[in-house]
Amino acid sequence: MGELSEEMASAEAPVLTYRRHLENGKLGYQRCAHCAAAVFYPRTLCPVCGSGVLEWRESAGRGTVYATTAVHSRNRDPRNVVLVDLDEGFRMMSQVEGVAAEEVEIGTRVRFEVRQGEGDEPVAVFVLEAS
Amino acid sequence: MSTRGKAAIVGAAESDLGEVGPGFTPLDLIGQATERALADAGLEKKDVDGLFSASVYYQMPTLSAGEYLGIRPRYSDATMMGGSSFVSHLLHATAAIEARLCEVALITYASTQLSEGGFRGVSDPPNPYETPYGPRYPVSMYALAASRHMHEYGTTREQLAEVAVAAREWAKLNPKAFLRDDLTVEDVLASRMVSSPLSILDCCLVTDGGGALLVTSAERAKDLRKPPIYLLGAGEAHWHRNISQMPDLTVTAAVDSGRRAYEMAGVGPEDVGVAMLYDAFTINPILFLEDLGFCEKGEGSTFVEGGRIAPGGELPVNTNGGGLSYNHPGMYGLLLLIEAVRQLRGECGERQVEGAAVALANGNGGVLSSQVTALLGTESVL
Repeated sequence: MGELSEEMASAEAPVLTYRRHLENGKLGYQRCAHCAAAVFYPRTLCPVCGSGVLEWRESAGRGTVYATTAVHSRNRDPRNVVLVDLDEGFRMMSQVEGVAAEEVEIGTRVRFEVRQGEGDEPVAVFVLEAS
Repeated sequence: MSTRGKAAIVGAAESDLGEVGPGFTPLDLIGQATERALADAGLEKKDVDGLFSASVYYQMPTLSAGEYLGIRPRYSDATMMGGSSFVSHLLHATAAIEARLCEVALITYASTQLSEGGFRGVSDPPNPYETPYGPRYPVSMYALAASRHMHEYGTTREQLAEVAVAAREWAKLNPKAFLRDDLTVEDVLASRMVSSPLSILDCCLVTDGGGALLVTSAERAKDLRKPPIYLLGAGEAHWHRNISQMPDLTVTAAVDSGRRAYEMAGVGPEDVGVAMLYDAFTINPILFLEDLGFCEKGEGSTFVEGGRIAPGGELPVNTNGGGLSYNHPGMYGLLLLIEAVRQLRGECGERQVEGAAVALANGNGGVLSSQVTALLGTESVL
């Protein structure tokens, strides 16, 4: 009982580990110790092989835009939403900054940066790799 | 043991549709639709012993519907996977009937979102990996898929617009359709952009509406008022919930649900006389035509050109006018099945497809997340 409690107490929720990486300017993801799959979003079980042993890694933060949309709203400029394929083999939703929302193109190389989002939560965004 | 032909839809009806007015609840519409479906079938409420529903209003939808309708089911199933849920309910009801866990199943759903002021969808908690980026749910997720299809296969906004125009041409033939005025490709292209490449006329309606289906054993179906419409086969599949987890944005789980349905039914796409393809957005039917084998991957966008899925075209698709022009009450899958039943019964008046003996209904839920395919047929194809 005591041992189990200690083990449980020492575990950090995956989303908190992810945020801690962002607070340190890093893009964290998981790699399965059993099947080597890159896993994102972070979990407690590998969705490929079912292993419970997922190791945290730091992404180099380089990737390619896989899909893109510009979300239009009244009274504000369109904002961009993309899916980015990171070079380590995982995909995430994000946005590309420094380019007009409608002009983000699929296939564009991008690199990761951290921004302060709403409620002071750090958010992973991307800029053009060359910028 | 095959499920093919073991159960049949014997009653089908919509509630009032469109904008029903203030004060009406989804349960009020469920009441309307159920009364009409029972009359359609020649069954009485006391005959119903299986109840199937899904909802974004009621967390325990079969309990709410059962109480309102005064039905005490011995089999109850509130499977919820978005708009495809009701096609799934048809498969589950058939399995329950075969297992003799119930004999007469009622599948019902309604929404009064328009009368309440606008779109009402699911209320999942915020997703820390998507919500911060501000996608508009669900349109931005479908827009991402459309962007990828355009990139890989050269699909154009004009081709997407062809889907909306074909739906409108069918809607003009359906007195119950919400929008029946003229629509051109140019109108769609000129309409307000919502989440590129999808403009407002690439998006389904936001309406009130609902329906009810009654399903029973093939044996009992023979003695009822209308010709039975048999479930020949059905399959379900889901691979993701969030769009960032969809493996390939140009390939939906309909490749699995469709294959399972065709295998059970012993038919192929060439046998389908009417295809009801859940058109929440114009990209959907293009993806489903490909994934369900009506054309090769990447060819859906050319398939829909030139009125090929419109009245008089090669493949009648969404003959009620679809979610784009007929009705879309938040979740639309039940209305796909109602139209498929009516086409196979020959009840569709001006929009009737001559000689259709097999209809396909493909329900979609979430953000291209769940796919459930059903093949229905008349007695002639049993």
